[in-house]
Amino acid sequence: MAQALARARAPDPSAAVVRLHQIARIYQLGAIAVPALKDVSLTIPYHRFSMLIGASGSGKTTLLNLIGCIDAPTHGTVELCGQNIAELDDNAASAFRARNIGFIFQNFSLVPVLSAYENVEYPLLLIGTPAAERRERTLAMLQAVGLAEQAAQRPNELSGGQKQRVAIARALVKGPQVVLADEPTANLDTATGASIIELMRRVQAESRTTFIFATHDPQLISHADEIFLIRDGKLVEHTTEARG
Amino acid sequence: MKLLLKIALRNILRNRRRSLMTGSAVVAGVLATLLFGGFAAYIFAGLETNNVQRIGHLTVFRAGYFLFGAGNPATYGIDRYRDVMALIGNDPVLRPMINVMTPTQSVLGIGGNFSGENDASKTFIGIGLIPSDRDRMRRWDEFGTGSTYPPDPRLSDNDDTQGLIGFGFARILGLCGPLGLQNCPPIPTPAAASDKVASIANEDLGELARRDASSAEPLSTAPHIELLAATAGGAPNVVSLRVGGAEPQGVKELDDNYIAMPLALAQQLVYGRGEHKVTGVVLQLHRSEDMPAARARLMTLIRDNHLDLDVRDFGELSPFYGQAVRLFSAIFLFIALVMGVIVLFAVVNTMTMNVMERTNEIGTVRAMGVRRGGIRSQFIAEGVLIGAIGATVGAALAFLIAALVNHGGLTWLPPGNAHPVPLHVAVASSPALVIGAWFGLVLIATIAALLPANSAARLPVVDALRHV
Repeated sequence: MAQALARARAPDPSAAVVRLHQIARIYQLGAIAVPALKDVSLTIPYHRFSMLIGASGSGKTTLLNLIGCIDAPTHGTVELCGQNIAELDDNAASAFRARNIGFIFQNFSLVPVLSAYENVEYPLLLIGTPAAERRERTLAMLQAVGLAEQAAQRPNELSGGQKQRVAIARALVKGPQVVLADEPTANLDTATGASIIELMRRVQAESRTTFIFATHDPQLISHADEIFLIRDGKLVEHTTEARG
Repeated sequence: MKLLLKIALRNILRNRRRSLMTGSAVVAGVLATLLFGGFAAYIFAGLETNNVQRIGHLTVFRAGYFLFGAGNPATYGIDRYRDVMALIGNDPVLRPMINVMTPTQSVLGIGGNFSGENDASKTFIGIGLIPSDRDRMRRWDEFGTGSTYPPDPRLSDNDDTQGLIGFGFARILGLCGPLGLQNCPPIPTPAAASDKVASIANEDLGELARRDASSAEPLSTAPHIELLAATAGGAPNVVSLRVGGAEPQGVKELDDNYIAMPLALAQQLVYGRGEHKVTGVVLQLHRSEDMPAARARLMTLIRDNHLDLDVRDFGELSPFYGQAVRLFSAIFLFIALVMGVIVLFAVVNTMTMNVMERTNEIGTVRAMGVRRGGIRSQFIAEGVLIGAIGATVGAALAFLIAALVNHGGLTWLPPGNAHPVPLHVAVASSPALVIGAWFGLVLIATIAALLPANSAARLPVVDALRHV
């Protein structure tokens, strides 16, 4: 897996993978403007295991969506891997996401009609990876998440933990610069959640991919390199943990 | 593309019941379109065959005959018609196209049965023809309808005195008994105050016939009728026709007036001792598709040789053909439209439900980097697949049902026909119809998928991900 992930573009470790400058996101609900984020500026360095924490409705998911280029800020600039996202049109943003960003969702969000193998292979098809390499990387990633035996199974034949492992493999298989995970353990029991966290920590260490989580799971928070506390749409605290 | 089709096919199979219902609508659409289209194609072929067997593809007339000749065909005879036929028959362009070329003479007059028991007369519409050419024309069956006729011994090249009459004409002239016709009532006894004018006309015609008969050789004992017509010079002329049989005609007006006789007898009646002409030279071609080329060539020959002639095709001479084609075409179009609308709404409904159910999946793959176009293509592919599978199954069923009908020995009486003909559904022999219906329905399914596919493609990623 490490070999497969090493193919990813090697960034300048001194640079930041995410730079948010005075971000605001206001949702318009009829005549009412609802501010979800207010003047958030933050920088996340490469190769870190970062957490966006806060209560439900605090704005973590909105922030994660902005970082993931699937939403646009009302004000401010989002820079990801040195790219100002505002400069990308929809197609360019899609291509950018396909190459640089992996997503892990709370509800797994696997394509139900594809097998575990095909779900993991999907992102490689989007970036035009040759067939032989695709197969090699997909199998390696399934092996890495311990699902080589379940490769042919469809999502409805997998447990919650297995589904999330497939989702992790899918997010990592293309060797993205950054993996965004929104409450990845919320739908899992404690033991499974712990094993998933362990798995993510391990693959992050091997792949040196930047992980950014939105969570309020204390289990997950204890693994964080950086913690950003969001409250009422504002970044109120930034903590850097000293880790090896 | 492979992934796109794989996902599309699996999603169709995943929602089996819904896909089955939508597919069934497509199957029904193709089935109805092909079966009715095949039936209509067979009707068209049958009508065309019937017309071409009777009046050929093209007829050369004297200019003006088509518009005015019916009132007085004798004055519209083609001079030196044998030269005209030689000109056409020797033409290197036309010769290979022609199956039968034969002269005909139209006659209008009064026919009477004065056999003693009855004194009945009736106006008639007659056609003089060459019996062997008629037999050859009635064997023409380019479209394989199976509606061909064996040689008819009641009309013969060797007997210029015998002809055929319409069933109704035989009934009116009181010939049901002598001809041994079934379901043919005798003439009722006339009321006391009979039509004096008709009675006088019958007496006159009877007198003329007796005068003519006294100078002619005695006729056989077979039923015969006298035919009175005005010659080209305007003088009345009478001939005697031995009635070989009665043949029902599809249209009552024709059935009550029809006489077919050998050409020589018709010419004798119309031209007497003068030059024997004909009113038409009928051309039956090997293939109907040659008709425009043959007509164009005929017009060139007529123009180049400064002939006072005109050419008409069977569609002009038999307006019923065009009317029937238009009627069936309109019904076909209506059925195809209704089926198209049903398929359209069925596919729109199914695809809209698919989009709603898979909104979260749409958000997921969009977040992964699939473009709007990719989402659009995905749902269109599903519409196309449902359409293609349904259309293929529908076409296969149509082939099967058509084969069962065609081998079932069913018959029916088409409008304008006197005899029942085999019932066929020409699906297998109508590749253009099959291809058209297949692609048409698939196209409708594709168009129907466009709207939901566009909605899916336009979904904001964040909103789609939030959808539960």
